Amino acid sequence: MTDLITPITMPKFGLAMTEGKIAGWNIAPGAHVDAGQEIADIETTKITNGYESPAAGTLRRQIAEEGETLPVGALLGILAEPAVSDAEIDAFIAKFQADFSSDSTTATQAEHADPFMVNVGDLTLRVQEAGKGTDTPLLFIHGFGGDLSNWMLNQTTLSATRRTIAFDLPGHGGSSKNVGDGKPATFAATTAALLDKLDISKAHVVGHSLGGAIALELAKAFPQKVASLSLIAPAGLGRDINMAFIDGFITADRRKTLEPVLNYLVHDKTLISRKMIEDIIRFKRLDGAVQACKILPMPASQMASKQMT
Amino acid sequence: MSKKSFRQAINEALRQEMQRDPRVVLIGEDIAGGQGGTAGIVDAWGGVLGVTKGLYTEFGAERVFDTPISEASYIGAAVGAAATGLRPVAELMFVDFVGSCLDQIMNQAAKFRYMFGGKARTPLVIRAMYGAGFNAAAQHSQALYPLFTHIPGLKVVVPSSPYEAKGLLIEAIRDDDPVIFLENKVMYDDEEDVPDEPYSIPFGEANLTREGDDVTIVAFGRMVNFANEAADRLEKDGISCTVIDPRTTSPLDTATILECVEDTGRLVIVDESSPRCNMATDVAALVAEEAFDALKAPIRRVGPPHTPVPFATVLEKLYLPDAARIESAVRSVMAYKKTKQDA
Repeated sequence: MTDLITPITMPKFGLAMTEGKIAGWNIAPGAHVDAGQEIADIETTKITNGYESPAAGTLRRQIAEEGETLPVGALLGILAEPAVSDAEIDAFIAKFQADFSSDSTTATQAEHADPFMVNVGDLTLRVQEAGKGTDTPLLFIHGFGGDLSNWMLNQTTLSATRRTIAFDLPGHGGSSKNVGDGKPATFAATTAALLDKLDISKAHVVGHSLGGAIALELAKAFPQKVASLSLIAPAGLGRDINMAFIDGFITADRRKTLEPVLNYLVHDKTLISRKMIEDIIRFKRLDGAVQACKILPMPASQMASKQMT
Repeated sequence: MSKKSFRQAINEALRQEMQRDPRVVLIGEDIAGGQGGTAGIVDAWGGVLGVTKGLYTEFGAERVFDTPISEASYIGAAVGAAATGLRPVAELMFVDFVGSCLDQIMNQAAKFRYMFGGKARTPLVIRAMYGAGFNAAAQHSQALYPLFTHIPGLKVVVPSSPYEAKGLLIEAIRDDDPVIFLENKVMYDDEEDVPDEPYSIPFGEANLTREGDDVTIVAFGRMVNFANEAADRLEKDGISCTVIDPRTTSPLDTATILECVEDTGRLVIVDESSPRCNMATDVAALVAEEAFDALKAPIRRVGPPHTPVPFATVLEKLYLPDAARIESAVRSVMAYKKTKQDA
């Protein structure tokens, strides 16, 4: 009857998360929960998040105590229907714990590959890879002012059966600050060269904002390399680009001025941590970063106005 | 990005600015290793604590000038070189030695822009070690940043970590005014992640290393680390602190200090320099004048006694502020209750 038993395990909120603390349980043992119900608060070094139940059932066992810090994947509790016997649950827990201690170390190591540098022409690009498998690889292209860490949560989730690649566009993050003419087509050519360098002949492409425009140009110029396009608020298709964000991002040089600009980007503003703001300011302080930001929005905004006419 | 020590961060800032701009030159005592040797031997020292090591070998005697023990002459030479188009970085070794060359700094470098009607620029950096805790006795342990802060026309930098040191030194070298850059000699082996690329941190912009609701702690240089340590301990007891690292004492980010005090209503200032007319008195005066109504308790200063820095290890330890003293100052302002008469 083990298919009626659902283990509740320490979730992974981000690439950097290796462990989490049970800040509090929202339900008591014996209570019934619905799928998606927040059953516990998990605290990491970055955020505290509600943990949504993966399934419906009764919380038969509460294994992790409040205040306990446990590695990602560790057993926190057991959901099961009342029909499942205690003996079956005990057996399930024993097997889970035995398996977990043997393979947990290798699993976390594989996911935590550090970003590395790839030379593409005269540019150096910072690249983060995750996952392997036989499915078509997936490439993420971030938006204006972003970097590869924007895909932290998506990349973890989507790399179960495939290789996934996120990278810093030129002028962003840890990549070279030379953006050339700053046109999406130029970035698309660089992106295609990066795929070649990584021996990827074809990839699903996910693009956000400026990254959406680059993904479109990539599909236009190199259709054989693009298996599919997923565009999130892509530049070039919508009518307007929020120039208040673009201008604000370029001119903001301190936490107080940058925070309201970053508020444009997210629904839950409490998730913008001081650390996140500081990391962005640190990138902006690098020689050439702000100059690169100034070149970029012009071609993108021209693209948008061309669509309107 | 990789872990670098405070020493490496400063060395890298110097190297990258020397590569970028041929006008950047170094001058100072033992910054290569003494007069008269061949290249390999000359570079043996790289400064009394090895901060400039390797720069003589890379840039040669044309750009790295090793001088005799003659502060008045080589600091004067650096001021003149800056006024005539170079961008010298002079190393004063111990900041205490400023006694031998204060005229060149106070009456010359600091005054040129003003007295020549804004037409003269003096892009000079003077690096020097400061601070107690190195068992270097009274003439090699002072924290003299208030002395320079007192002089209009100088900019004064007191970095608190390797990341801060690299970005602030690059900013100092690119600045067109004379900048005094003070390095705490106990921190040279401190390590943290520092980007490999050049970057600059603007002057006059404080950094908040902790954010809290109850007490604002303003700390300078090495004291920022102690303040963070105290804040982390206090957090466990439910007292949350904001820690402000002003980065530069001149210009001073008064706006951030006032805003934070208005939020928390309590202020503790941690300053390693002698307590009369130092940064703690300066910040206390600012807040008393501009944010009096926000204060829920008297301002507390944590600092050394008004004495020379002792040589004896036990006394030197007693002399310096530490996390425990900061913690007790914070607890005392938290415990303060206004009497009925005051309220």
